[in-house]
Amino acid sequence: MIDESVVSGTLSEALKTGGEFAEVFVEDRRSSSALLDDGKVEELTSGRTRGAGIRVVVGETTGFAHTSDLSEAGLAKAARAAAAAARGGGGGHQIVALSRVDAPAPNEIEVLPETVAKATKVELLGRADEAARAAGSAITQVSARYADGRRRILVANSDGLLAGDDQVRTRFAVSCVAMGDTGMQTGFESVGRPIGFELFDEYEVDELARTAANRALTKLAAQPAPSGSMQVVIGPGGGGVLFHEACGHGLEADLVAKQASVFRNRVGEQVAHPEVTLIDDGTMAREWGAYAIDDEGRPAQRNVLIENGVLTDYMWDLLRARKEGRDSSGNGRRQSYQHLPMVRLTNTYLANGTDDPQDIIAATDRGVYVAHLGGGQVNTATGDFVFGMSEAYLIENGQIGPPIREGNLIGNGPEVLAGIEVLGNDFAMGSPGTCGKDGQGVPVGDGTSTLRVASMTIGGTAA
Amino acid sequence: MNPEELLEIAERIVGWGRDGEQIEAVVGHSQETEVRVYEGEIESLSVAESQGVGIRVIADGRQGFAHAGTLDPEVLEETLAEARDNTVFGSPDEFFGLAEPDGVEPPELYLYNEALLEYGTEAKIDLALELERLVQAGDPRIVGVESADYGDALSADAIATTTGIRSTGRDTSCYLTAYSLASEGDETQTGFGFSVGREPSTLDVAVAAKDAVERATRMLGATQPSSERVTVVLDPFVTAQFLGIIGSTLSGEAVLKGRSLFADRLGDQVAASIVTLVDDPTNPEAFTSSDADGEGLATRRNQLIGVGQLERFLHNSYTGRRSGSASTGSAVRGYASTPGVGCQALSLVPGDQPPEELIAGIDNGVLVQGVSGLHSGVNPVSGDFSTGAEGLRIRNGELAEPVREITIASTLQRMLLDVAAVGSDLTWLPMSSAGVSLVVAEVTMSGA
Repeated sequence: MIDESVVSGTLSEALKTGGEFAEVFVEDRRSSSALLDDGKVEELTSGRTRGAGIRVVVGETTGFAHTSDLSEAGLAKAARAAAAAARGGGGGHQIVALSRVDAPAPNEIEVLPETVAKATKVELLGRADEAARAAGSAITQVSARYADGRRRILVANSDGLLAGDDQVRTRFAVSCVAMGDTGMQTGFESVGRPIGFELFDEYEVDELARTAANRALTKLAAQPAPSGSMQVVIGPGGGGVLFHEACGHGLEADLVAKQASVFRNRVGEQVAHPEVTLIDDGTMAREWGAYAIDDEGRPAQRNVLIENGVLTDYMWDLLRARKEGRDSSGNGRRQSYQHLPMVRLTNTYLANGTDDPQDIIAATDRGVYVAHLGGGQVNTATGDFVFGMSEAYLIENGQIGPPIREGNLIGNGPEVLAGIEVLGNDFAMGSPGTCGKDGQGVPVGDGTSTLRVASMTIGGTAA
Repeated sequence: MNPEELLEIAERIVGWGRDGEQIEAVVGHSQETEVRVYEGEIESLSVAESQGVGIRVIADGRQGFAHAGTLDPEVLEETLAEARDNTVFGSPDEFFGLAEPDGVEPPELYLYNEALLEYGTEAKIDLALELERLVQAGDPRIVGVESADYGDALSADAIATTTGIRSTGRDTSCYLTAYSLASEGDETQTGFGFSVGREPSTLDVAVAAKDAVERATRMLGATQPSSERVTVVLDPFVTAQFLGIIGSTLSGEAVLKGRSLFADRLGDQVAASIVTLVDDPTNPEAFTSSDADGEGLATRRNQLIGVGQLERFLHNSYTGRRSGSASTGSAVRGYASTPGVGCQALSLVPGDQPPEELIAGIDNGVLVQGVSGLHSGVNPVSGDFSTGAEGLRIRNGELAEPVREITIASTLQRMLLDVAAVGSDLTWLPMSSAGVSLVVAEVTMSGA
């Protein structure tokens, strides 16, 4: 991507005014996407971005600059700008000779999307449109999107680190509108993996389209969601986003250090049912949040955050870890070369339980079964979180009953963790997600088995 | 880079067009500074320059698009070739076409203030430090300031098309924002405050700090109430977020594609008669005001709802043409996407009562000062919404104890009809809609 001697030279330039640590992050990203909407392929889009972000650290201060000019002169200019932003260091810091260490990729890429004909990508869209419309005459609108991206990165720092990664991601999503007596309803389904076009050997777009269509059709018959606190059974797969919000973010070391996490000072404490083990695993093959190295050059890791109900550790990036005299946990990520890295989740999931999911539902008198979740949000300082139920049903007398309309579910992280009553044996990972923090979005995965929480608040309109 | 240099690049690209082809080039450039301070020190200082180009080609009734995050001459040619190649795979659509000059003069807005350029980095750092200090000193219960930031941007863009559009623009903007932590016993609450302007001397550090302190401290002691149906007063910041969603349902694109709950309702009474909703990017007071839209047409004032009646939808060139009308100057986009349709500076026409008077008239209600999960909790197609909320109880016309862990739910349709009063406190916020206190009756509040 860029010559090693240019990288070393840039790091030296960055340390000239007294910096203690310098880093160069180079990124070259190509993307392509195709959108079908309203029965027509609206357009194909191709994108290309390329640039470098340089940071220089002095004491508690980080100076950062980025540039799309990857020439030696362009990089040197950005290095000087980053160094000027972090002045006042003692100086005398030399860069350690770079030595390249690459980490294993989480999985192989079989068919690079850039080698696939555009017509082949577009053809998938038509199939999805047809299958969704065939699912029922009430389906009035379909939109389908194909997207692939290839992101090549190179990270080097003044500690001598030099590492690269070639990250490929392919995704397909379908969203449908159904029209009935009660108005319009929507249904959505997506699949995405850090693999190439072989994604479609594994998934039939027709099937995804039918799932999205059926979600919309089911909701036509939905009744208003109840309001108030009750037992909630979370379905397998995408229910993992519950833990992403309920405690994942609160275990990010940068927030903990700023006293902005309700989980600060709680390592070693029993925070959940002894059957609860929460893992964040960036090495997880074929999962959306996986990578070989993070955006600070650290190999991805499998980190156990909660083990048998006991909080074991937080997640760390390079700067936060250096302060504590420990290693990064491989969670330093950034949206692009234009952003500073920070502590981020990867694939976050709750380890499998032992109970039969049918028994869990049968033992629930009255509550809500959430089959599919939308996005969520958390205030890590209070632990209060919220997420959308995009497919949910009432549970009455131990049986799944009628569907309910969309609504939000709210709870408090530590309370929900403590309120997990039972965990099923049907573990699955959910749909690909994008996690936002401080204005930056990164790909993440979530997973869980069926589980029941003693009490959460359902934000419906029914009395 | 100045807008003229960008226009020159855009014109060069357009000049490469072939017979029978329409080409649109959008070129942007920005310079940004961002300072974050923590505990009296600079945590990070970022300086950045970025640029990019988006090229749309229409040929044989098909459309293709490509973008690149650089203005390198060889990349421009590659990007055009890629956009041209992409047209081959799109479906033909007789309504595809670029904007054409429509004779509407762009408003004079003065969005560019050179004072920003003369403001030194040290002074910017001092503003962030001052903000952090004021928040910290604002109340003994403030235990931390998670972040105190100063940021600014100088942006320029240009659009040229083979259909004769030539548009340039530039603006300056800056902001201060703080996130605070208040604590009492083992309870922690958070708050935020901000100030925005075209250049730093117009920023109000004291107001940003005061808001951050008050929002966090007034939530201390909050509990979860039981579920009931109440009248809510939406804080201006919350109203602005709802308006943004309502605005999205009034886009011509949503209407044409069968995704708007207001599709067949032009001329109907869709809101209480005190509701008049206007999208006016020509208003110089709006933080997001702009003289030209994403296709280079002059912006204009569009009244969407007048005295409760649905009057119009917003259009870009495509949706205008397809619906048999014309663009309303409402194309929205960055250089990395084709133009969508959207509100640019949406606001309610304010009423005549300040928020204190509105609250004084409510026996049992909730002042909603923050919502969360609005993006996942509102379905702009069905109109159902349910969002996490926190705020203060209103009892007998006075603000009472704080409440948290509640949701408020209704439908957008009902909410518009249930608007009982619009406050007089219209405030432009750093988003494409303005805030104003709003009283809505009969909202379901879920709690314990």
